[in-house]
Amino acid sequence: MAAAGPVPLLDVRHLTKEFQQRHGLWQPRAVTRAVNDVSFTIHEGQTFGLVGESGSGKTTTGRCILRLIEPTSGEVWFRGENVLQYSHDELRRARRHMQIVFQDPYSSLNPRMRARQIVEEPLVIHKEGNRQERRARVAELFRLVGLDPAHLERYPHQFSGGQRQRIGVARALALNPSLVIADEPVSALDVSIQAQVVNLLMDLQQRLKLTYLFIAHDLRLVEHISARVAVMYRGRIVELGPTARLFSAPQHPYTRALLSAVPIPDPDAVRHRIPIQAEWFEPALPLREAVPGHWAAI
Amino acid sequence: MTALLSIRHLTTGFVLGGRLIPAVNDVSFDIEPGETLGLVGESGSGKSVSALSILRLVQPPGRITAGSIVFRGRDLLTLSDAEMRRVRGAEISLIFQEPMTALNPVFTVGDQIAEALLVHGRASRAAARRRAIELLQTVKLPDPERRARDYPHQLSGGMRQRVLIAIALACQPALLIADEPTTALDVTIQAEILDLLREMKARFHLSLLLITHDLGVVAETADRVAVMYAGRIVEEAPVREIFRAPTHPYTRGLLASIPGLTPGTRLRAIEGTVPDLGALPKGCAFGPRCPDHFDLCDTEPPPFYEAGIDQRARCYLYRSKTEDR
Repeated sequence: MAAAGPVPLLDVRHLTKEFQQRHGLWQPRAVTRAVNDVSFTIHEGQTFGLVGESGSGKTTTGRCILRLIEPTSGEVWFRGENVLQYSHDELRRARRHMQIVFQDPYSSLNPRMRARQIVEEPLVIHKEGNRQERRARVAELFRLVGLDPAHLERYPHQFSGGQRQRIGVARALALNPSLVIADEPVSALDVSIQAQVVNLLMDLQQRLKLTYLFIAHDLRLVEHISARVAVMYRGRIVELGPTARLFSAPQHPYTRALLSAVPIPDPDAVRHRIPIQAEWFEPALPLREAVPGHWAAI
Repeated sequence: MTALLSIRHLTTGFVLGGRLIPAVNDVSFDIEPGETLGLVGESGSGKSVSALSILRLVQPPGRITAGSIVFRGRDLLTLSDAEMRRVRGAEISLIFQEPMTALNPVFTVGDQIAEALLVHGRASRAAARRRAIELLQTVKLPDPERRARDYPHQLSGGMRQRVLIAIALACQPALLIADEPTTALDVTIQAEILDLLREMKARFHLSLLLITHDLGVVAETADRVAVMYAGRIVEEAPVREIFRAPTHPYTRGLLASIPGLTPGTRLRAIEGTVPDLGALPKGCAFGPRCPDHFDLCDTEPPPFYEAGIDQRARCYLYRSKTEDR
């Protein structure tokens, strides 16, 4: 699925993660493929959206790329090297270039650490600068994400949800990463605050030339922020393409069903709901290029 | 038409550090028979506390400090506890956001539906069991005889929400309060549950108080909408007016911040954060974040003004409009 042009920053090939589960003590282990032969590329400075419902494997995909979960097989090429071949040390060094922002700003920040320590921690781990330089960097990061450096010594609970997510973003950006995996970064926030954080992510992308893997269940949000989108269902990508084309001319019936289910904020809108049918996925078809650059498992 | 439910000046506060923090502040609204009122707001706006107040389920340190809740001609706030128990579940039902925690994990779903009937003395044990299966059929759970014997963990989130709706409908209430009924569900399941709620409403001539933060859900379900901010209703209007011609700057801001209108552009966020209910500004609570803010806004909280036909807003922008009449 290699796109023409420059080498992508991230190239995920045939990524697969199997979990073994025992449903009872005497029953044989069953294998669940949470991520099943997932391939996509992200070019530098681009936002790639990964959408799907719960259990689709979108979060596991993000974590496998960072090896927060070890994938079963596949390749993850990042800046021309296969992350899955890295030794422990190499992986640690590579992690500074690929960071993650988690969904829940309430549980992802250590409640016993001050905001300054939370943002500074990656700098300490990667032995960046001396104490004074690190302090200056943390204050700079605070301003970058729209927080007041006067609040550096506060604890997470003293910030609102939106501010806490800004702390999460500041921490992720501390080491100047090139790739940021944002896993449902605004879904725990109120609508008006969501918009603030989405704007912040878009501003930061422009200023710092960031590349995003944006994982979310909210189709409207993904449509808004992504250049290209992949739709996942039960571990597989069922459709992948440029955002505008995928949303205006979806090729896979599941994508159509998903779009038809999104509530429209217009009381006069005409709705045609498409129920999901099991036969769309049996047998699982490989992705094929329906229109140049637009792939679907049909 | 007399309203089924008529709330006037409801105020519910929480006593914290010796002070009363108003979570619901001077809230008034009506729900007509067969009508769906959408109560919209962000977290902490008071929408869930309003729902709990109607059923008198507010737990200490919270308490209702003022107002009246007239349902079918009686003020619920004057009923005895025993009388109130006969209202809950029988005349007014509530369904919650979390379909897992709202069900008891150690009883079958059939037993939990039957219990609702037995508690209110609506059926014998055998009849209640039969009725439970019928109700599961009504809410379109496939294979209801078998599912009635299932425990909650054996059901998916969408199925559990159907069971909760079956329990809520068991005693044929006149009013159903649904507090974020689809928030924990995937979008395709959400669509099914909203369709089901609409169908049940028409079939049983229910009134529905739908509490949600999702304006898309409101647009698809409600007849009328009340928007809450920091404990107060700031705008109330028929659903079409809310979306076609929102009048309160907060409502306008909420609608503008929905993504998807122009992909790739900055969203029109409402700047700032929701005020601390213990430290509300002297004037309009939305004043500090309001793009239309002017000096009058800082004097005292604005009363309701007529902002359009059948549309009212707590905003000084509409002061002259009212005086012109």
